[in-house]
Amino acid sequence: MVSLQINGEVRTVDAPPDMPLLWVLRDILGLTGTKFGCGIAQCGACTVHVNGAPVRSCLLPIGSVGDRAVTTIEGIGASAVGARVQKAWLDLEVVQCGYCQSGQIMSATALLNSTAHPEDSDIDAAMAGNICRCGTYVRIRAAIKHAAQT
Amino acid sequence: MYVSASQEATPTLAAALTRRGFLQAGLAAGGALVVGFQLPLAQSAQPEKPGFAPNAFIRIDVHGKVTLIMPQVEMGQGIYTAIAMILAEELDADFSQVALEAAPPNDKLYGNPIFGIQVTGNSNSVRSFWLPLRKAAAGARAVLVQAAAQQWKVEPDGIRTENGQAIYDADARRIDYGALVDRARELTPPKDPQLKDVKDFKLIGNPLKRMDTPDKVNGKTVYGIDVMPPGVKFATLAACPVFGGTVERVDDAKARALPGVRQVIVLKDFVAVVGDHMWAAKQGLAALNITWNEGSNSAISSDDVWKKLRAASDKEGAVANSVGDAAKALTQGDKLEAAYEMPFLAHATMEPMNCTVHVTPTSCEVWVGSQVLSRVQATAARVTGLPLDKVTTHNLLIGGGFGRRLEVDMVDSAVQIAQQVDGPVKVVWTREEDIQHDLYRPVYRDALSATVANGRIVAWKHRITGSSVIARWLPPAFQKGIDIDAIDSAADIPYDIPNLRVEYVRAEPPAVPTGFWRGVGPNNNVFAIESFMDELAKKSNKDPVNFRRDMLDKSPRLKAALELAAVKAGWGNPLPARTGRGIALQVAFGSFIATVAEAEVDASGEVRVHRLVSAVDTGIVVNPDTVVAQLQGGLIFGLTAALYGKITIAKGRVQQSNFNDYRMLRINETPQIEVHLIKSGEAPGGIGETGATAAPPALGNAIFAATGIRLRRLPIDRDVLSGKKPS
Ligand code: FES
Ligand code: FES
Repeated sequence: MVSLQINGEVRTVDAPPDMPLLWVLRDILGLTGTKFGCGIAQCGACTVHVNGAPVRSCLLPIGSVGDRAVTTIEGIGASAVGARVQKAWLDLEVVQCGYCQSGQIMSATALLNSTAHPEDSDIDAAMAGNICRCGTYVRIRAAIKHAAQT
Repeated sequence: MYVSASQEATPTLAAALTRRGFLQAGLAAGGALVVGFQLPLAQSAQPEKPGFAPNAFIRIDVHGKVTLIMPQVEMGQGIYTAIAMILAEELDADFSQVALEAAPPNDKLYGNPIFGIQVTGNSNSVRSFWLPLRKAAAGARAVLVQAAAQQWKVEPDGIRTENGQAIYDADARRIDYGALVDRARELTPPKDPQLKDVKDFKLIGNPLKRMDTPDKVNGKTVYGIDVMPPGVKFATLAACPVFGGTVERVDDAKARALPGVRQVIVLKDFVAVVGDHMWAAKQGLAALNITWNEGSNSAISSDDVWKKLRAASDKEGAVANSVGDAAKALTQGDKLEAAYEMPFLAHATMEPMNCTVHVTPTSCEVWVGSQVLSRVQATAARVTGLPLDKVTTHNLLIGGGFGRRLEVDMVDSAVQIAQQVDGPVKVVWTREEDIQHDLYRPVYRDALSATVANGRIVAWKHRITGSSVIARWLPPAFQKGIDIDAIDSAADIPYDIPNLRVEYVRAEPPAVPTGFWRGVGPNNNVFAIESFMDELAKKSNKDPVNFRRDMLDKSPRLKAALELAAVKAGWGNPLPARTGRGIALQVAFGSFIATVAEAEVDASGEVRVHRLVSAVDTGIVVNPDTVVAQLQGGLIFGLTAALYGKITIAKGRVQQSNFNDYRMLRINETPQIEVHLIKSGEAPGGIGETGATAAPPALGNAIFAATGIRLRRLPIDRDVLSGKKPS
């Protein structure tokens, strides 16, 4: 049994400690907003926050999470910055298929939490790990700046 | 039921397919409507209380709630919103109150008028459904007006409609659609209802917010990969890495001992592990010791593929178009010959292949995101041996299609697995499996020759050689040796050329399965044509924009796009060293587009794209922001292909496996992108594929302008650009 703090709740799961957080979230807890894209930390679709830092959950064994707070896309709107990012995404109509966007929003929120007014180079550095096959990058960049101003 | 998509369809498949301008959809964007949106999880169900359902696309209940049934699937292109706008426009529904529902499998009711079956692809959703949906909605509106006239005992002529109400201006009476449902149900819609004049459109042409977006920013959207029927188990699979190979034997002792592993399923050409979660299934699969029978393809390499393709390209092909006397004219004037080559490409949809299935002795239930729902149902019926009506399908939102989900291989294998599992099973492919067992964009070779005199093309010959996806996917459409997709945008080249011959040679690659890929035939043809046009401009000592413009008198829409793109891009303005601009034009999917790329090439051969500018005439636009979004995304899709896209074969297997070696463009490499829409009253064109087609030739021409090096193969070769390899 492993206890995890997810979106402010303690969840206890019967899963091996080497099991990546991604599959615990999706397949055991039913939190399917966090996506599987590559499984090798190349695409960012599985990004969650661990104590506020963006982490690729596909390679994060639950045994290593400890009592650190995990936030997923389902919970990110509870923070002011997360809600602002979500709204910017809608205001600028960023989303196409949407499959990558949970991860994009988690990475963008972490960026704005650490850098309130990011330059283009900050956006590049924070977001280059998140692939969008639909090619929404132009709007992601604009939406991050929009969120930073609101 | 007076009108359905299939009744509106052109009579024969082949006739429909040859109708010029396959299609596209895409549209959506920016107002602030709050729209009721139902997750398309359930099949179209009849309302409990009798409502008004004048056709397959519209239901109105007694409370006035309007449900619009979506014949096309949403995969990010914004089609749900566009279709809803078209229907609501002619129905004069209250757009803030409409609910959407995914259509069930039914080719008759929901078949794409161009294909005759349920297909979302080829950028044709708006093009093919534009009139049928408008007529369906206008007919429904006419009946509601008639019902109001009966109720009020007035002439229908005095009644107008707005926002879900019928209004009699003479005495300011109003009535909600819901209150007319009972009467309307008894009436027959007119065969040829009056359609709105374009100038009276209230929704169409305005940027409206997409209806599918809100739940995509909070994790609530349920894609195929997210479905969780009660008791579901999780499986992943491995097919023989060599195309066409089969399973010889499997040692599963270690896998079975792992916690969470439930079952190892060995089938003819793949092995699956079922577990309590994907992690167990993945671990189990990795622990298997599988011996494959690699079959006859185990020696195939990319070299073999290219040798065969080049040999086939030496033969004469079926004639797709012939004007004047190309053979003779090619002997006169200044002649240039060139051949262009395109690699295999994987789709790499962000949502990996997956399909969830529950098989019982008497039923089969399938959850999947598919571009071909009726084929999903037929496949499940075939594999299980059940009649069609015992197969229930749920079409989910799609995390990227790009043509990959025009195939049903992921359904076939998932049903086979589910037949051996008690209860529902979700089969999810690993990314490695997804990249290595795709149906690939074919390798193509385009051999071109032309003569020029006085700055104009006198003769033009284009031979396209490559796999025919159509011949496999829609056999009746492959006729007289011509693949209508493979020649699209080539047989009907927009330039004014007096002597022309376009040929197609069907050449199937050894072992490697091929499929449709965003941009389809025009991708290959426009790259070859627009690269060659640049080479001919150079040979003629003419500016690439002027050279093209002088041969566009018969294509004013394309000419206007060219002129606008050139102005917006600052064509002719000085640029720094090793930086260049390139232009590419296309008439594809019913849209007229000019694109200018600005790119820099450094000494190591690395290419940095600074800017892309597209000018687009896509006819009447339903949702302008969606058109812009589709162009932006499509251009990035095309840049990915031009800069990185390459699937190679060794020992009968694909060498790439994941995003580390099958690279995607990332945000830090993304140029500034500008899309300029040209206002038009022409019929709507398609847009979803167009950007993918536009970017590679524009980039290739920019690289030439920057370096003087002409790249005739994709993806770009940095060693050639750095001088390490000869060009
Ligand atoms: S799934 Fe974790 S980075 Fe791709
Ligand atoms: S929106 Fe489709 S992958 Fe990003």
